[in-house]
Amino acid sequence: MMRRTIPLFITAFVGSILVIAYFIPHPPFDQLREDFSIFFDIIAAVAFILGGGNLIRMHGNRVSRREKGYGYSLVTVIGFALVLVIGLTKMGNPDGFRNSSVTAAGSYFDLAYQYVFRPCAATMFALLAFYVASASFRAFRAKNVEASILLLVAFIILVGRTFVGAWLTAWLPPSLDFLTIPYLADKIMTVLNFAGNRAIMIGIALGIVSTSLKVIIGIDRSYLGSG
Amino acid sequence: MSRFIRFVETFNSLDKRWIFLAVGVAVVTATIFRLTFPEIPTPMVRAIYDKVETLPVGSRVLLPFDYDPGSEPELQPMADAFVRQCAEKGLKMYFIALWPLGQSMVEGVINRVLLEEYPQLRYGEDYVDLGYKSGGEGVIAVILTDLKKLYTTDARGTNIEAIPMMAGIANIRGFDLILNVSAGYPGLKEWIQYAGTPGNIPTAGGCTAVQAPLLYPYHPDQMLGLMGGIKAAAEYEALMMEGYPKFAENKARYLTALTRMGPQTVAHLAIIFFIVAGNVAYQIMRRRKGAAR
Repeated sequence: MMRRTIPLFITAFVGSILVIAYFIPHPPFDQLREDFSIFFDIIAAVAFILGGGNLIRMHGNRVSRREKGYGYSLVTVIGFALVLVIGLTKMGNPDGFRNSSVTAAGSYFDLAYQYVFRPCAATMFALLAFYVASASFRAFRAKNVEASILLLVAFIILVGRTFVGAWLTAWLPPSLDFLTIPYLADKIMTVLNFAGNRAIMIGIALGIVSTSLKVIIGIDRSYLGSG
Repeated sequence: MSRFIRFVETFNSLDKRWIFLAVGVAVVTATIFRLTFPEIPTPMVRAIYDKVETLPVGSRVLLPFDYDPGSEPELQPMADAFVRQCAEKGLKMYFIALWPLGQSMVEGVINRVLLEEYPQLRYGEDYVDLGYKSGGEGVIAVILTDLKKLYTTDARGTNIEAIPMMAGIANIRGFDLILNVSAGYPGLKEWIQYAGTPGNIPTAGGCTAVQAPLLYPYHPDQMLGLMGGIKAAAEYEALMMEGYPKFAENKARYLTALTRMGPQTVAHLAIIFFIVAGNVAYQIMRRRKGAAR
């Protein structure tokens, strides 16, 4: 009983105060909002520890059970432990352990970041270009009217993002400026995209309002694990 | 079956490894030959540049860097350009990070731009690194009303009260501009929703190209300008080159976005070629199949 009632009460109380504080930003509501925001920041910081623990538990289980692809989990666990140890002990830190920064230049932590993490992350991001090229080749086919419109729009945006866009239609007289590729690309982004995105955003906002109300009132209790 | 049709058929179902190879060759060639192309600044990019230019000397600019090494190649040029322009204009820079690795991005910009190019600027008087705080939009909500409640020290552990440029700052409402660089959540959207709009603080920034369409709806009332991806950064650098001709003297150092736009443009052209050629091949094969029926 108490395991459910207390969390429900906390949710309803905090949620209501935060909603009221938005419309009445005066004492005591503004102060309560600030305090609740700080509680949130503290909980978010603790979540890092929970996240680390969860990562070790999940990947540790995969390694101990020798599940398919457990080698990747092993790399994850070793990498996590290694970086955690060299970070906590400030290994190789030129300024020593006390009164020095964890990320000091030349420390092992800094070396791991500069020469392992950074290149790996940048490589992963760079690989996207190759997959985008391959996916565009297969997906952008004028199979029907809808696909043809999508293809045309994608073509205008892609060409409009390069100097070729301006170059291809530079011969058009000023009176036909509205037919230049950069102009069309800009209009697609700032008119069609604006309208579509705003409609989606308003829909999402209304959905969030209704979901939040259900959580505050206690109709939606899925966050308690009760469905 | 003629040779041409066989070729078209092969191209229509081209192995993706050929596409990977073509894109790779295009990018490597453009990189080796350092191809660059002219950039015409768009109004959204020019709006940010003009805003910074019109700020009086000593104005306070909040620079939240919410990205990590994954998007560094795309976002670092715009972060560098923002900092260079603020330094040239004599603005007070307050760095902050809501991403754990954003802190490293801030340190990188300070080392690369401020310490090397503007050694006359003093830490604590001209710029300060407030460091990383977890909590996303929760952090923004708190510092909008009380900055010192969350930030008692800077990233180097110095008491906030002992930093000269923090004197008289109760919250971020008094800031003249928020210039965010973000690669996702929390990022520019959160700065607009939780700081810019409720605090009536002019907000602008840069983001990855894929994020940009989601942020356009905030322009122009809630977001005075937006830089989407390396193309917008190159446009910003073109403006910097126009306003501060000294930057044109060393393109490799100051105009990294313009330099990186070369390989990206060539890669785009390669993709466009594959899309057009793929469609031509597809239509030929479709007509052939239709005629055979």
